[in-house]
Amino acid sequence: MRGARPTLLLAGGLAALVLSVSVTVTIGPASITPAGVWTSLGARLGVGESPLTPIQDGIVWDLRMPRTLIAAVCGAGLALCGAVMQSLLRNPLADPFVLGVSSGASTGAVAVIVLGWGAGVVSLSAGAFLGALLSFGMVMLLSHSLGGSMDRVVLSGVAAMQLFSALTSFTVLLSADAETTQGVLFWLLGSFSNVGWADVLLCGAVLLVVLGVCLAHTTTLDAFAFGEEAAASLGVRVARARVLLLTATALLTAALVSSVGAVGFVGLILPHATRILTGAMHARLLPVAALIGAVFLVWVDTLARTALDPQEIPVGVVTSLVGVPAFIAVLYRSRRQT
Amino acid sequence: MSSPAPVPEGGRLRAEAVVRRIGERTVLDGVTLDPRPGETVGLLGPNGSGKSTLLRILAGVLGPTAGTVTLDGDPLPRVGRRAVARRVAVVQQNSHTQTEMTVRDVVALGRIPHRRAWAPATADDRRAVDTALGRTGLAGRAEQPWHTLSGGERQRVQIARALAQEPSELLLDEPTNHLDIQYQLDLLELAVSLPVTTVIALHDLNLAAMYCDRLLVLRDGRAVAEGTPGQVLTPELIGEVYGVRAEVTFDGDRPAIRFLRRRDTPL
Repeated sequence: MRGARPTLLLAGGLAALVLSVSVTVTIGPASITPAGVWTSLGARLGVGESPLTPIQDGIVWDLRMPRTLIAAVCGAGLALCGAVMQSLLRNPLADPFVLGVSSGASTGAVAVIVLGWGAGVVSLSAGAFLGALLSFGMVMLLSHSLGGSMDRVVLSGVAAMQLFSALTSFTVLLSADAETTQGVLFWLLGSFSNVGWADVLLCGAVLLVVLGVCLAHTTTLDAFAFGEEAAASLGVRVARARVLLLTATALLTAALVSSVGAVGFVGLILPHATRILTGAMHARLLPVAALIGAVFLVWVDTLARTALDPQEIPVGVVTSLVGVPAFIAVLYRSRRQT
Repeated sequence: MSSPAPVPEGGRLRAEAVVRRIGERTVLDGVTLDPRPGETVGLLGPNGSGKSTLLRILAGVLGPTAGTVTLDGDPLPRVGRRAVARRVAVVQQNSHTQTEMTVRDVVALGRIPHRRAWAPATADDRRAVDTALGRTGLAGRAEQPWHTLSGGERQRVQIARALAQEPSELLLDEPTNHLDIQYQLDLLELAVSLPVTTVIALHDLNLAAMYCDRLLVLRDGRAVAEGTPGQVLTPELIGEVYGVRAEVTFDGDRPAIRFLRRRDTPL
């Protein structure tokens, strides 16, 4: 029932991640071998000499590596956010995208771009975080005043998603020229092109902090399985735990959305897939879900940038194509159980 | 800070004149409950009389508007949520989850108040879970998925989870609702056999008479009777509280209640 040993799963996941990253950076028009990548990493750290030409070196280290790493960070972060939200809200359909958090973050980030309030990675993320908190606050307030049951949460999420998507479109129409509009629309669908090391570092740092917070609260998350009152009677300070963990996930979502746009459904599906391997207890679930999410999105991005080469498919389009059938499968499963 | 220490009330959970208001409505109005260590106290009363509210206040998941709940003489807020959860375990009326868990996973939830952040489950945790499984007759079903269990089995697992908390007090809120009679009896036999102080809200007067040492009867949030089943369950009290006629016979010192048909049925 609970599948393989947790340490084995973790070790396997880490190995798969390292292997995936070193293989996928070699895939593309410029042919480079994994060995070449590793040797040039050594050269960069001051050991040996790089076998790559300066152009190859630039392709690997300035283009493909940050892109591959951001895909990994994004996959890990979204899977983590989804797993935490599903448990806290006791809702198998919860994820940053479905609950409108991603839309709010998009609106915040777009406002920063279009209205020109500085366009650095940090100001983008700050705008996205404000937007994410705003939409999440709206969802929580609305669902609470509607009685707080979990279907209200999802319906409120739908309302927030619509509202903030409209606000985003409105902001873009109002004040952007044609070129910015196209860039923004492409980014809204989720895209890993145009990311740099600054994005990787920021998102990576936020991921590590939020992962740490969540791993410190694994038993708290377990306690929510039978609802908030049951959690309270197991000694959990429910309101504090909810605010802390949901704010942490909103922060991580915001950082990811401001770098790569709203990549849908990863946060929804991967936690469910991971539970099949690990069971539902969070000490096993969270780290493995993050690793599987990372490996998954690294390969999805590779597919997105190579399938129609030289044309690139926005990665959000690919995840949605995979995600919608999985979403429906989850819906059917949860219907059977109630 | 130098004031004399409060006189300890004995190692127990105690509600003193608790009041709970929701807006204008008084759900609980000055109820005192002081179970003796090890006894089983039954809470009786019609729907909406305040049984569940009293249990939630005793568990500390709901604060009283007035009055106090103390554990060993200390008010619950001062004891702290986790420390309360190591002493007081709750079994709710029915338990639902969307999460796919095994019986063992559910029982292990009872160890949460004993565990620290980052640390994996200890040998003590595993022993407490195994003991709880054994005591509730679930040892052979530890790996069975929760979703495949019947209602009665689920309540049994919840009692095992509560035992894994290693509590001194166990609070049960109508745990036998919607169960077949066989499961009702099994569950109550199990609950009263445990070496803990038990407070149990019940619907069924005969079950309360069979299994409880003492009863507290609530109506509209007020305590209207308290005592042994024999003292409390009289035809007069049943008529007054539930508005029905009943005949009470005795089987030893345990009363048995037989409800009577309406004398003058309308229509």
